[in-house]
Amino acid sequence: MIAIALLLGSTLTQIQAQKIKGSDTCLPLTQKEAESYMKSNTKSMVTVTGGGSGVGISALIDGSTDIAMSSRRIKFDEKMKIQDAGKAVKEVIVAYDALAVVVNPQNKVNKLTREQLAEIFTGKIKNWKEVGGADLKIIPYSRETSSGTYEFFKTSVMKNKNYMNGIMSMPATGAIVQSVSQTPGAIGYIGLAYLNKNVKALSVSYDGGKKYVTPSVANAMNKTYPIVRPLYYYYLTKDQKKVMPFIDYVLSPVGQKIVSEIGYVPVK
Amino acid sequence: MDSGIKTDPFVILKNAEMKRFIEKIIEGLLKLSGGVTSIVILLIVVFLFKEGVGLFGNSTIENGYVLSVNTSNPIDRLSPEQVKKIFDEEVTNWKEVGGPDEEIQVFRFEQIFDLYPEEELEGEKLSLRLNEEVAQNRGIIAFLPERYLLPSFKGKILKDERVSVSEFFFGKEWFPTSVPAAQFGMLPLLLGTLLVSFGAIAIALPFGLSVAIYLSEIAHPRVRKIFKPVIELLAGIPSVVYGFFGLVVVVPLIQKGFGLPVGETGLAGSLILAVMALPTIITVAEDAIRTTPRVMKEASLGLGATHWQTIWRVVLPYSVSGIMAAVVLGIGRAIGETMAVLMVTGNAAVMPTTLLEPVRTIPATIAAELGEAPAGSAHYESLFMLGCILFVLTLAISLSVEFISGKKRVNN
Repeated sequence: MIAIALLLGSTLTQIQAQKIKGSDTCLPLTQKEAESYMKSNTKSMVTVTGGGSGVGISALIDGSTDIAMSSRRIKFDEKMKIQDAGKAVKEVIVAYDALAVVVNPQNKVNKLTREQLAEIFTGKIKNWKEVGGADLKIIPYSRETSSGTYEFFKTSVMKNKNYMNGIMSMPATGAIVQSVSQTPGAIGYIGLAYLNKNVKALSVSYDGGKKYVTPSVANAMNKTYPIVRPLYYYYLTKDQKKVMPFIDYVLSPVGQKIVSEIGYVPVK
Repeated sequence: MDSGIKTDPFVILKNAEMKRFIEKIIEGLLKLSGGVTSIVILLIVVFLFKEGVGLFGNSTIENGYVLSVNTSNPIDRLSPEQVKKIFDEEVTNWKEVGGPDEEIQVFRFEQIFDLYPEEELEGEKLSLRLNEEVAQNRGIIAFLPERYLLPSFKGKILKDERVSVSEFFFGKEWFPTSVPAAQFGMLPLLLGTLLVSFGAIAIALPFGLSVAIYLSEIAHPRVRKIFKPVIELLAGIPSVVYGFFGLVVVVPLIQKGFGLPVGETGLAGSLILAVMALPTIITVAEDAIRTTPRVMKEASLGLGATHWQTIWRVVLPYSVSGIMAAVVLGIGRAIGETMAVLMVTGNAAVMPTTLLEPVRTIPATIAAELGEAPAGSAHYESLFMLGCILFVLTLAISLSVEFISGKKRVNN
């Protein structure tokens, strides 16, 4: 009995426990990484929870998580809050997520410029014939305001302008794929990993129509595809020793292979 | 001695005392649990309203930020709507908002990092550069964090606009995350909720009532034995499953059936909610109909009335208050439903005109937005305020149920 208790005690002290919290975009990736990491390092314990980028970073500030996952860069305010608490934060890019703009497969339009996309989502362009398609009303689908993807699309494509009043907002990416596949005039944006044959991805140009690039992992990796965002891990410098083994694992060739398997774009 | 059975009066007394004692304890426990439940419910309501009321008086501009213009600009306040239009570049000249004939130049704090490399903005320098930007451009409107403003800041800071009661209740635009000025117009959400709920009742009532009459008056007891559990099973299906079914099956049907550009409409929400409200309506209405005294029915039949005449003239008038209660409970179920509606109505915050347009309901809004609203912000408090409105709606509904069933007792 005593021997067992001692054994248990000693293993418990050796187990490296760490908590990771934040963006739901990073969640599937980090979960997969944690599973495989725990298989090769039986002494460590990684718990991963979602909740959103903002939730993760505020958990990092109040110390209830060791790593915050975020699909956006830490905001200036959040950084100041950490500094005010006398701590410093470090940033690591673990993967890239590319957004594909998708339409119904019946739609004849194959490419759009950033300006056209911005005007469609702000409600200035209302019919597909204005951008070279059929005479059909455009139905833009957006994610809900709580989603990191919503903010990213707004910053990158719409240059911080607001979405049109009364845009369709869907609670999940899967719902956008479903709706775009069954609505002829629909247009929406989804993570590259969610692309399937039920929707058609558009080529996008960020230089006013000189060069259109199709969304693909290869194009995202060689930086020609423009709607790409980094996925970040944030940790406090004082926790460096504790979190580095896991972050190194994610950045290793094995970890980056998992990144491609999940459908994101590897860093290296 | 008599038989062995204990007849000692002392023992009987003791048993009775024990019983009374146990009864007292049980009584006390019941009282306690009732009291605790009531207090908890009361506390939840107080909390809800406390958080919600905080909205009024909260700034529409994010905490710690200010809007600033050049000192030569005569404008010293802008409504949130004007600010939004300016930052969306829908208003591009100051004269459109009552200022001089000058091009508006929008400046967000992050833009300073495009103008200068980060090393040149360390410490005090950042504040100096921001100061310069605002002082030098006559048409500028800048959105800046307060902490980087020097005491000698050479710009005019616009007056802080508070969220007003009328703006919240009668505003028609819901842009809670719009930066710099959020818009909290809840009218489209309230109308959307009411439209979808009453649409659902309009669909569910005829079906629910016919099924209730059929089950209680016409159906063979054996049929009834099979039907009743099946209907109650409907109530057991998780609402997200209804939502998923709605998105994949009902939405495309509506889109093709009505030739609409988009299938996610209020009608899709009403249909799904109608199916979800049916079990409530059927069960309550059926119970009400079955309470009609046998004597009344037999008297009617005995006078030569047909079965149908008896149902129409005797049974239904007798149970009308119970049926009303069923309707109101059904509406209550529909108003508060979240997940199914979130998935099928498209969640577009527009003023609804017909059932064939996308709508956004209050529960769906709270569910979709609360996760990322920073605690204590105007957005967070506005969601609590929406919760208060929902609470008042459902309270009104349960009060009217009380009123209706109370009236029945008087009639008797």
